[in-house]
Amino acid sequence: MSSATAVSEHTPVHHSGESTGVTNAKLGIWLFLASEIMLFSTLFTTYIVLRLGAASWPRGWDVLNVPLGMINTFVLITSSVTMVMAYAKAHEKNLKGFQTYMSLTIFLAFVFLINKGIEYSAHFRHNEFPSTSIFHAVYFTLTGLHGLHVIGGIIVNSTLLYLSKTDFDHPLFLGRVEGAGLYWHFVDIVWIFLFPALYLL
Amino acid sequence: MAHEHQDSQAHKSFYSYFFSTDHKVIGLLYIVTALMFLLCGFMLMLVMRWQLAFPGSPIPLLGRILSPSLAPNGVMTPDFYNALGAMHGTIMVFLGIVPLGVGGFGNYVLPLQIGAEDMAFPRLNLASYWFFLLGGLLMLSSFILPGGAAQSGWTSYPPLAIINPGQTVWLFAMVMLITSSLLGAINFLVTSFNLRAQGMKLSRLPIFVWAQIVTAFLLLLAFPPLEAASVLQLMDRIAHTSFYLPQGLVILGMRHIASGGGQPLLWQHLFWFLAHPEVYVLLLPAMGIVSEIIANNTRKPIHGYNVIVGSMIAIGILAFVVWAHHMFISGMSAVLSDFFLVTTMIISVPSVAILTSFVFSLRGGSIRFTTPMLFALAFLPMFGIGGLTGLPLGLTVTDIYLHDTYYIIGHFHYIVVPGSLLALMGGVYYWFPKWFGRKMDDTLGKWHFWTSLICMNGVFFPMFIQGLAGQDRRYYDPMAALHSVPTQPLHVVSSAFAGLLFLSQIPFIYNFFHSISHGEKVGDNPWQATTLDWACPSPPPHGNFTKPIRVYHGPYEYSLAGQKTDWAPQNEEVLA
Repeated sequence: MSSATAVSEHTPVHHSGESTGVTNAKLGIWLFLASEIMLFSTLFTTYIVLRLGAASWPRGWDVLNVPLGMINTFVLITSSVTMVMAYAKAHEKNLKGFQTYMSLTIFLAFVFLINKGIEYSAHFRHNEFPSTSIFHAVYFTLTGLHGLHVIGGIIVNSTLLYLSKTDFDHPLFLGRVEGAGLYWHFVDIVWIFLFPALYLL
Repeated sequence: MAHEHQDSQAHKSFYSYFFSTDHKVIGLLYIVTALMFLLCGFMLMLVMRWQLAFPGSPIPLLGRILSPSLAPNGVMTPDFYNALGAMHGTIMVFLGIVPLGVGGFGNYVLPLQIGAEDMAFPRLNLASYWFFLLGGLLMLSSFILPGGAAQSGWTSYPPLAIINPGQTVWLFAMVMLITSSLLGAINFLVTSFNLRAQGMKLSRLPIFVWAQIVTAFLLLLAFPPLEAASVLQLMDRIAHTSFYLPQGLVILGMRHIASGGGQPLLWQHLFWFLAHPEVYVLLLPAMGIVSEIIANNTRKPIHGYNVIVGSMIAIGILAFVVWAHHMFISGMSAVLSDFFLVTTMIISVPSVAILTSFVFSLRGGSIRFTTPMLFALAFLPMFGIGGLTGLPLGLTVTDIYLHDTYYIIGHFHYIVVPGSLLALMGGVYYWFPKWFGRKMDDTLGKWHFWTSLICMNGVFFPMFIQGLAGQDRRYYDPMAALHSVPTQPLHVVSSAFAGLLFLSQIPFIYNFFHSISHGEKVGDNPWQATTLDWACPSPPPHGNFTKPIRVYHGPYEYSLAGQKTDWAPQNEEVLA
């Protein structure tokens, strides 16, 4: 009690948070990722339960395009690297560098989606739809939801790229890039689990 | 200061109310919206109760208005009955109690109690409210959309839910409501951890805040699985996948065309993985409110602060490992049943610890029987009945008999209605002076309390007898099963009390709206309370506090020896 009374009455009391020493944005994004982990854990659990209960389950490489999936894996991993570089450039206050690496990240995300589109349309041409079999249901739903997360990442990263023109020196900007980066790495990691689970097992 | 603020509030436009990012405006919007949804869900139930009390007879008044497809000659169809049941459950849980306890009280009170200016993410907060409102309106509008409302119960078990009409809108609305809750949960957690005033250590947080923290964790981690499960059910309905449809499903003699290979039980597991923690989401905010009111009105520190907070955290963890006790007769190995039986028995321990602490808090206090205190006191035995009647449902042997009878309807309604809802109503009376600077009328409040308490018991107690006699829930016509016939007249009792319960809400509604402008004017701290929500003006201005806030001690320092007053506000030093 005595230590508390020793502090001057004039200390500003309305601080904008950080009682924990972590910024609001960072704490918020980690909590959001915790809920995302629960979401994808549920989907993976569904996959396991349905596969264990299925009378037959096709081997991924017989029905899916493994080389294209492999390329997409490398595309996403590379985009994670460019995301880190974008953050590093933002940290150095190098606007040009930030914009270059952020654009690259967004470009790679589009490459991923285009590859995914090629895969999907090949399936549709062969009359393979989510309703075809339980395997296809799992494949389309899981990769589809992951695809939506990639689109979400593109939107977030593009917004940051656009804002960097005016807000690059804003004290909160670096934190926003870090949050977007955490989310983007999460989207990568989900794919790194999805790829072997669907294509290789 | 307070006067000035009221003037500026009177000039607020529609826009500034519905698009304000102020946690207090959003909180009040949540409270009023949730109360309206509660009334709505209650009225659906009143219509259902007519059919149960007088099976096959035309519904008075309403029967003439309803379209012939829902109620030919005024008698409701089984499909309409099912829709009413499903929507009653959904509305009460997801649009009523949770938004009232979390979105409403949490939003308004939590930032005040920790000494914050607003929530951590005010715009996200507004987004939560709009997701909730639009999801709720979508849910309600399903009654008039082609295909009608969902008919598969609030639990939406497949394959029924996948072949029934109306379910698609239910699923879309659920995804919106879940999104709202997730955004809210993140906001609450960041706010309570990061925006505490100086000196507000975790060990000094009011129990209400702790209850909201545990609730937010439950929402954050339990809702995503339901979101995923809802997406899968949506796929089953829209893209004709078979996540929940088994191989060779035959419906009405016809082989179902879907590919099959899915598992109906998977939905049950995913659904209850959310829906059991959801029970505690319904309950914990109410417990938080009860602790605030009890400490304030007994004028002594709450008994066992650490026990209560520890028990809440324990409930939060254990809530994730009890879900399958809802599925004892769904088909599960005996080993698994035993596991869930044991965890269910264990989770009752912290609940009992909390209830016991509340009872001990009363001992030796000089109790003020204010209106909010009556509600808080009634919560204790009502929650006791609700909790104790749950034990036979957690034991597999007795559950096999009681499952899906009116007994379980009685059990969970005792927890949620005379339990949670009563406490939440007490919260309305308790914090009303903070919201509007005026008190609600005491006489009307006491009428509201006693009539509601008696009627709630009149509605739900007969259900225990019906359930023990074996009467099944979800039946459109209780006379259809021979063993239900002897206890059917008890439905008349329940329905009559339900009608009276409806009437006894009228004093509350009048009192609420009348007191906003005509209630007795009170100061900033009319209850002489210690927590920070009473250290700011009533109603608090934008930014909440008009003076710097520093916290010196725990939340419930009442009746300290050698003080001028019998309460020591958290933001004032206690002089030894």
